[in-house]
Amino acid sequence: MADKTTIFDRYTSGARLNHWINAILMICLALSGMALFHPSLFFLTGLFGGGPTARIVHPWIGVLAMCSFLGLFIRFWRYNLWGKDDSAWMRNIKHVVNNDESKVPEAGKYNAGQKLVFWLMSILTVLLLTSGLAMWDSQFGEYTSIEQKRLAVVVHAASAVLLIIVVITHIYAAIWIRGTIRGMTRGSVTGGWAWRHHRKWLREEVGKTK
Amino acid sequence: MSSLQSLDLRRRSATTTPPPGQREAVEVAKLIDVSRCIGCKACQAACLEWNDLREEVGINVGVYDNPHDLTENTWTLMRFTEIDVDGRFEWLIRKDGCMHCDDPGCLKACPAPGAIVQYKNGIVDFISENCIGCGYCVKGCPFNIPRISKKDSKAYKCTLCSDRVAVGQAPACAKVCPTQAISFGTKKDMIAWADKRIADLKERGYKSAGLYDPPGVGGTHVMYVLKHVDRPEIYAGLPKDPKISPLVDLWKGITKPLALAGVGLAALVGFFHYVTHGPNEVQEEDEEAAAKTRRNSAE
Repeated sequence: MADKTTIFDRYTSGARLNHWINAILMICLALSGMALFHPSLFFLTGLFGGGPTARIVHPWIGVLAMCSFLGLFIRFWRYNLWGKDDSAWMRNIKHVVNNDESKVPEAGKYNAGQKLVFWLMSILTVLLLTSGLAMWDSQFGEYTSIEQKRLAVVVHAASAVLLIIVVITHIYAAIWIRGTIRGMTRGSVTGGWAWRHHRKWLREEVGKTK
Repeated sequence: MSSLQSLDLRRRSATTTPPPGQREAVEVAKLIDVSRCIGCKACQAACLEWNDLREEVGINVGVYDNPHDLTENTWTLMRFTEIDVDGRFEWLIRKDGCMHCDDPGCLKACPAPGAIVQYKNGIVDFISENCIGCGYCVKGCPFNIPRISKKDSKAYKCTLCSDRVAVGQAPACAKVCPTQAISFGTKKDMIAWADKRIADLKERGYKSAGLYDPPGVGGTHVMYVLKHVDRPEIYAGLPKDPKISPLVDLWKGITKPLALAGVGLAALVGFFHYVTHGPNEVQEEDEEAAAKTRRNSAE
């Protein structure tokens, strides 16, 4: 079988670095943020040197994460534009969940589920950034009223929780769909993986090398 | 900052289990009779002195309020309002500061375990060494009282002299007030005393005199006797019906368990999907099909 295996480049080393920097920052944000969100998780502040330091570093990590996410957005947005096939894919998502992708339209570089993850992450990131700035009292305390800050903390908490759920979905999909992770660690995927999950993209890639 | 024992706690911030609370205590209150206040600011000076704090020398902008607002050093502040009431000039002077709510919004909003406590006697106290400086108490407070220090990023406010009360003394401001506009005792006694004062004021023609002990926050352990209790907002914006903001309730209420359940459920759904449907693996025929596609294209 090894001789039959074809290899396709999926992510450049720049894209991989960008993705993993973002992943590390997001995990730090989730841990420090959850620590300040729920009393039962306050012990997580210990990972950041205690309560005050967790409070101090969280927004700065946020700023770095926003910059890194902007990099990902610029790299990937054009592959995530929604098409007619995506709506059809979404309507038949139950077949995908049941490991049968033959009943959904062939996917390009990203399928509709991945596109949804991309746009949810983008929207929630913008919400987290704006609400986060509004509640960053040590830097911008005087720019917002107390009532605006109250709204900001609710928006921040709700968007953060939704984003964590989106990230869990993203991570699970990578584990479930075998052969995916090497795309983001080594930059390449096998032709079989592409044929099985992103056939339209495979055809495009093959067309390029012609 | 306080010297009260942990046995005396009724509530402790960011703590899901009950605090040590075996001992019972009598609820205390400070009663500020605004009708007797002459605006001398002795209470302000006594507060700075007892708590060993210094306020910056400020700038006069043509009003008596000095400083212009509560700060991390000024935990109590005389607020002066000049107003026409029924065609008659009145000078309203309100001693502003923490109201020591029975249902404290600051404590509910605080994410740091034990940074804000409420003692059995009703006093709400900031335990500064546990404070992480996030400013959530500011968002939780319906009276806009806590201030975050620029020096150490900790939150500060009136302690109701919990250290003095613990050893049977009245708060410094009550002790020093030359007209006895500030009294201190059990909440029951203070309400009884207020009733006498209100009866007296009504006799003198102040028909809307009354006690300010707002039920929206469960009552307060700092109460006012106001000549115009029907319009508290004329006293430099004292809220008419203070409540913990519904946004704060939402944030600190249902959102917390819902969020943990949501995150936990997402992880469980993933895990259960894996054990029922298994991984989606690339088959040999997929590789063959891909190789064929490439060959066809090369030809």
